[in-house]
Amino acid sequence: MTAVISEAPPAAAKRSSITATGLVLISIWGLIFVGIVWALVNSVDPERLASYGGRIAQGFVVTVELVIASMLIGALISIPVAAGRLSTNRLVAGIAFGFSYFFRGTPLVAQTFLIYYGAGQFSSELKAVGMWWLFRDALNCAVIAFALNTAAYQAEILSGAIRNVPRGQREGAAALGLHKWLTLRKIILPQALVSAIRPYGNEVILMTKASSIASIITVLDLMGQTRYVFSKTYDLSFYFWAALFYLATVEVVSHLVNLVEARLTRHVRPPSTARG
Amino acid sequence: MRLTVLAVASLAAMIVGITGASAKDWTATTVRIGTDATYPPFESQDSSGKIVGFDVDVGMAACEAVSLKCEFSNQDWDGIIPALTAGKIDAILSSMSITEERLKTIDFSDKVYNTPPAIAVPKDSPITSVDLSAFDGKSVGVQSSTTHAAYAEQELKGADVKYYKTADDYKLDLSSGRLDAAMDDVVVLSEWLKTPDGACCKLLGTLKLVPEIHGKGTGIGVRKEDTDLKELFNKGIAAIRANGKYKEINDKYFDFDAYGGE
Amino acid sequence: MPELLTLFVVYYGSQYLVTAVSTALFGVPLEVSPFFAGMVALGLVMASYASEVFLAAFRAIAAGQYEAGRALGLQKGKIMRLIILPQLIRLALPGLSNLWLSLMKDTALVSVITLNDLLRQTQVAVSSTRQPFFFYLVACLIYLGLSLLSSIAIGQTRRWASRGMVTR
Repeated sequence: MTAVISEAPPAAAKRSSITATGLVLISIWGLIFVGIVWALVNSVDPERLASYGGRIAQGFVVTVELVIASMLIGALISIPVAAGRLSTNRLVAGIAFGFSYFFRGTPLVAQTFLIYYGAGQFSSELKAVGMWWLFRDALNCAVIAFALNTAAYQAEILSGAIRNVPRGQREGAAALGLHKWLTLRKIILPQALVSAIRPYGNEVILMTKASSIASIITVLDLMGQTRYVFSKTYDLSFYFWAALFYLATVEVVSHLVNLVEARLTRHVRPPSTARG
Repeated sequence: MRLTVLAVASLAAMIVGITGASAKDWTATTVRIGTDATYPPFESQDSSGKIVGFDVDVGMAACEAVSLKCEFSNQDWDGIIPALTAGKIDAILSSMSITEERLKTIDFSDKVYNTPPAIAVPKDSPITSVDLSAFDGKSVGVQSSTTHAAYAEQELKGADVKYYKTADDYKLDLSSGRLDAAMDDVVVLSEWLKTPDGACCKLLGTLKLVPEIHGKGTGIGVRKEDTDLKELFNKGIAAIRANGKYKEINDKYFDFDAYGGE
Repeated sequence: MPELLTLFVVYYGSQYLVTAVSTALFGVPLEVSPFFAGMVALGLVMASYASEVFLAAFRAIAAGQYEAGRALGLQKGKIMRLIILPQLIRLALPGLSNLWLSLMKDTALVSVITLNDLLRQTQVAVSSTRQPFFFYLVACLIYLGLSLLSSIAIGQTRRWASRGMVTR
């Protein structure tokens, strides 16, 4: 430190002042964090935990179900949309782009309201065509809205990944005389999916966080149960517990993604020195 | 440095707005009354966004009677008690029933009105009586953190109870047929059934009051330490009860006595 | 942590905190308006994402750029201002514009804490007209228009930021 000062006094003075501000800021954040943890630990009330802990756990299960169902259905929908995005047919590409742009350009809350209350408005028409059972339940509506939303994002991920496979791979396959579908299945998709793992993982994380929106349309997911408990107890600490649940889920998902990616990309990693 | 502090302080004052609640002299300040204006005819917003309704008229008349300056603001129902205890508002006048549960957290003025709870169902509903076992397996909508929600949770064990943020939300779902029934105050339900939107549905009947859950009518909620404000409200309510102002407001909204028995 | 949850925590939690602190300091409780709470909550969320973006952008700038700056005898502040920042803007722009687009959509969440934003006004319209499909669709289209405008603005900025780059 002394060496730096003797070299350029004004710069060093400036830097130390910056570090001081930084330290103050960091310690403020640290204090807030410690305060929250302290309040949480302090507020553990066994009686309340016993009467409401079950509700929170139930809500957590609903959230997990919601995310898995939406992701899977969304993945199914995303395949034709991605194909449309890659299509050379102007009309097909246009429709796919419109779908994707609408669901990516508007807030998920608004989409959820549109589907939930919008379907309610057309209940008699929906009953006539026998679709009402699907839209009657708030959880189904949430799954539909989330699935459509994530389908738009997943289609972008998928089509982007396919586009990023180098042209030469396609040409090589054509030179070997493989026909189109075989090329797609054996050559393009395996490479595309490997590069899409990380974005897919991010999408799962985003969906997990966004799933809290379902609570606004009466679904008792983790967020819905937490709000219910808060409205009974006026105890803010339940929100922090819910936050911990969400954070833990996100951590687990991102670690899983790292593991899967490490496993699938082991052939492209630089060879370690240990290998003879 | 002093300049920065000054700038920050004035910015904070600008954004946050200093409220002079240090003065315990209520007549010298504006009393901020919070209400969830989604509950016609007691409190709702008209098309220009103004908060109107029975509670608003009664509250304003009571304030005037004891020369308080009062002002209504819209609050989220779920957060209305935290808003009171945190000092965001000074009182709650939002058809809030005086219950033991709530009395643990806040205090209430004397009764403002008292009407029984009721159940509404779609016109073609197979449910024909308010026999509680008829609701097993049915979806029943209530507004969350109300006495009706507490009642449904305790008495309708077999039903699928859905909790809504506002009364408007369960009305939408009842008219679309998503709900098999909705439970709320009889006045709120029957007023709604009179409107074109309520044409889908009918009143099944009123429910028997359970005093432990439903309490003894609605009151004006205040912080526990603000006993002086509570006394002022009590005096105001007594005054308009005595001078006929309450009856005048009552008759403007209803063709029956909303105050209920003593 | 979901944005909705952050919003709730800030809205209800900050009220207790601010009241406690301000009564201790000035003897007067301060009020947190929903607007302020929404601003702080979304600001915090954005800050955490934006810091990731800037971190990645700083890392993407080769160490040689700093070394070259030092070799020219520039001071630290000047290196930052003249060499690093202009490149940083270009590198951070895609990430920041994504954040901007998602922030715009996140603002719809503040409607749950009684802030009269676009979505809440839509809810008011719905509750008085009973036309949820139409009004929510209109709200969606307004958001869509906003993101369209932002994309155009972002495209312009990108062209400006990468003006010194070789076009491919």
